[in-house]
Amino acid sequence: MEVLLAPLFAIYLMIVYSAPPEPEPPAVTDTIVLLPDDDGNVGKVIVTSAAGEQTLDTAYATVDVKEGGTLDTRTETEDSVNERFGALLTAKPPEPRSFIVNFETGSSDKLTPASQQIITEMQAFLSDRPAPEITVIGHTDRVGSDEDNDALSMARAETVRQLIEASGVEALKMEATGRGEREPVVATADKVSEPRNRRVEINIR
Amino acid sequence: MQPNILIASLLFALTAPALADGEAGTIKISRGDATIVRDGGTLPAAVGRPVLVSDQIVTGDRGAVGITLRDNTRLTAGPNTTLDLNTFSFDTTTHEGAVDASVTRGSLSVISGKIAKASPDAVRFNTPTVTLGVRGTEFIIEVDEQEGSE
Repeated sequence: MEVLLAPLFAIYLMIVYSAPPEPEPPAVTDTIVLLPDDDGNVGKVIVTSAAGEQTLDTAYATVDVKEGGTLDTRTETEDSVNERFGALLTAKPPEPRSFIVNFETGSSDKLTPASQQIITEMQAFLSDRPAPEITVIGHTDRVGSDEDNDALSMARAETVRQLIEASGVEALKMEATGRGEREPVVATADKVSEPRNRRVEINIR
Repeated sequence: MQPNILIASLLFALTAPALADGEAGTIKISRGDATIVRDGGTLPAAVGRPVLVSDQIVTGDRGAVGITLRDNTRLTAGPNTTLDLNTFSFDTTTHEGAVDASVTRGSLSVISGKIAKASPDAVRFNTPTVTLGVRGTEFIIEVDEQEGSE
């Protein structure tokens, strides 16, 4: 062993001592990587340090933050990110999902048969989710005042929450809330009746 | 200015109980060594356990924790990570609110939620050296552990 190690050690010394004496480059303290979301969309992240600011807005765009706050940009790839951050990315919680239900025309407490079917299907969906939480969210069209629509959307959501509860669906938590006319699926002018906007969303996270 | 401050504090006092019950989210994924540091004590970061404002998440070598906040923001702490949830508030009707979290060690994956859409300026992520502003997006932050003074 010693016979083998001695020349290896000599080579090691040669490498170490033949290296030109240059100052150590500043160490990378942080790395930020922008990723496409589950649907492939890319948003924007603005990174600010004592030394400056960088905006990331393309898939896998990366900032290395160096000692003193210098920001250097480069680009990672899908493979390099998966290799480096696999243990992190495989622990992401599942994407929240929404189901939409509607009431029978003219009714404020009876769901359409298709909507009742959705509540039945939700049961199977929930059984595969870790610690599922349900938020039932009421939405209205733009007929009526903002205040009335807030109250109406809340009442619709509460009705659906009770229907879900009565159907035996089990979740870690379930709450009802109303968004009023703030989030239409079809944009309309004020005071326009639009049945597609009168809906209740069941968001599961 | 005085009446404005008074009105602001009054509004805050009125809305605070609805917005800040302290419960920010829920643990959905838990792997390996993963704990919540809360009020000086530690709890296992088990699936289904609530995450409160001011909680610190700490993971070990093979640890990881996936958290979904009430506005659908998803935070994942990777191995050897320290994550602090400094601020969270969310109004389910208007979608106004705030998120502020810091990672001082390890890695964090963020998928922004409803607050980032409604109030993007109220969403902040920090490391000891940088601050991140978010415009509806998914990203990773990695922080190398700092040794001693700089």
